[in-house]
Amino acid sequence: MKTYSRLLIIPALVAGLHVASAADITGTVTLNGTPPPEKVNDLIKNDPICGKLHSEPVKTQFYVVGSKGELRDVIITLKGVSGGSTGESAPPVVLDQKGCEYVPQILAIQTNQKLVVKNSDPVLHNVHTTPTVAGNKEQNKAQMQGGPDVSFSFPNPEKALRFKCDVHQWMFAWVTVIDSPYFAVTDKAGNFKIANVPPGKYTIEATHRKAGTVSKEIEVKADNATTDFTLEAPKPQ
Amino acid sequence: MSRSVDNLWLHRFACLTALATLALIGLGGLVTSQGVGMSVPDWPTTYGYNMFLFPISQWVGGIFYEHTHRLVASGVGLLTTILALWLFGTKSRPLLRWGGVAFLLLGVVAGIWLPGDKHHTGATLVLVGAISLRASFFWPNCAPASQRLRWLGVLAFIAVALQGVLGGLRVVLFKDQIGIVHAALAQICLVILCALALFTSQWWRNLPDKFSPIIDRKGLRSLLLIGTLLIFAQLVLGATMRHQHAGLAIPDFPLAYHKLWPPMDAASVTAYNQNRMEVEAANPITAFQIGLQMVHRIMAVLILCAVTFCARTTRRQLGARHPLSRLSLAWLVLIMAQVVLGAFTIWSNKAADVATTHVVVGALSLVTGVILTITSFRVLMPVRSASLAATPSATSGLETRKPAASSAE
Ligand SMILES: [Cu+2]
Repeated sequence: MKTYSRLLIIPALVAGLHVASAADITGTVTLNGTPPPEKVNDLIKNDPICGKLHSEPVKTQFYVVGSKGELRDVIITLKGVSGGSTGESAPPVVLDQKGCEYVPQILAIQTNQKLVVKNSDPVLHNVHTTPTVAGNKEQNKAQMQGGPDVSFSFPNPEKALRFKCDVHQWMFAWVTVIDSPYFAVTDKAGNFKIANVPPGKYTIEATHRKAGTVSKEIEVKADNATTDFTLEAPKPQ
Repeated sequence: MSRSVDNLWLHRFACLTALATLALIGLGGLVTSQGVGMSVPDWPTTYGYNMFLFPISQWVGGIFYEHTHRLVASGVGLLTTILALWLFGTKSRPLLRWGGVAFLLLGVVAGIWLPGDKHHTGATLVLVGAISLRASFFWPNCAPASQRLRWLGVLAFIAVALQGVLGGLRVVLFKDQIGIVHAALAQICLVILCALALFTSQWWRNLPDKFSPIIDRKGLRSLLLIGTLLIFAQLVLGATMRHQHAGLAIPDFPLAYHKLWPPMDAASVTAYNQNRMEVEAANPITAFQIGLQMVHRIMAVLILCAVTFCARTTRRQLGARHPLSRLSLAWLVLIMAQVVLGAFTIWSNKAADVATTHVVVGALSLVTGVILTITSFRVLMPVRSASLAATPSATSGLETRKPAASSAE
């Protein structure tokens, strides 16, 4: 069954099929309510090497919100979509280490898609993956300053798989691994676009690391579809 | 051959080893408090280097703590090895000699067989072999310590060696659980080394002469033992909490999430995690961790009560000037300090220095409890044996219970 569906997505074949019947899902995610204030990262300031790489105070980036509540870093996924992962043939995704921070800190990749970790810093890092789903391997790789890129890939879907650097204990990134190409991460304007979705009825889910998950039903026909999400800022305890 | 190795210098050396081990526990605690245990991905090498040759310019961020921990650990390993060999006195000479030869040969073979970039492994082996061989010629030529003391030395060596391997495995096998065992075994190593320091002391030898045996009417020996065991259990609990790498499972004290008993249902735990803005890469909080911290708090109260009771009973039974009374008072002070430090660990949002001091004072509390318990078994007589031997032979019953430390005299 799986090989059959893989065969279906041989690019040349699929390109023709999809243009005819596929549609894009677009939308905006907004945050309702006031998020808790971000914390200033004093650890980075006090580090003799990393502190010098920043002129401004470094803050956590849990809620990157626009003036109207547009929310960045929300992962939008489709449930029940057919086809499976095209990760093996998809172009690699880059995760940079810059200013002793991961850039970006939230990202999504497909299963078996190559994730290339770069080191743009004048200092070494260790790239330590801490998956919680069986089959995704925990690894800890040294990456010296000026050292070659390090690649990772994960065979199984996992929500928010953590990458961390233990040399700089504030450095972490969350990589969501999805077994389909139909997903998106919202940009600064809170916008997302899932391209070339085959027609059908799906559950579309929006997940933010702190604001939680909301989902709704969506039907995709020949035309492009639009759907917006509103996430709630957590109530202070 | 007439003199025993059991002299003042041996005692001083045992004290030094125990002190170095306490410092090492502090360093290890700092590594975990900072969350930098995995900052050196490889072991026993460091970023591919022989750990003793890792350039200082690369001791950045968390590597500084982790690498220092490894270096000091090697030092403690060496001290413990010397201590164990010292206890064997002249008996160590053949071991040093033939062990040295074996290492030399192994080093040469490794130098020939291993690829060029691994030559330092061979060189290290040759160096160890040469030092060992050289040492065998001027190693103390005196009579070994008592058999029990020698075995305790061997036990210390095995425990410390195992501890080193566990530390390495924790790094290369990615297992947080090994970290818990590593933390617990560290306490055991410290206890064994402190016991060695105690047994080699003049004070310990003179104890029976200074203090005539007293009948343990209030069950003080069991009380002290229970208090000490409670502390050990508490240390294991603490290690389990720390090695979740989840930061503070409960951020407030004395209440827990503003309640006497915090809700631990799934929705509440999700809310706790959502409200947390962690600067460091902490694991998410789980209900298990919240429960663990609540048990740790309850245990703290239990231990405080137990140790207070111990201090009071000791004073009543033995008088304020008895060494056991003084030491148990110091024990109580340590436990009180520990409670305050525990509270400050939370109020400081688990600041690394506060949390690490909490670990060190915890280790000191355990060691104090152990010394108290061991000493109480030496100076106190169980009621049963005292009543059985209410005749002139009473002292002989006591003699047999004396640890062998004194028999070397
Ligand atoms: Cu780093």
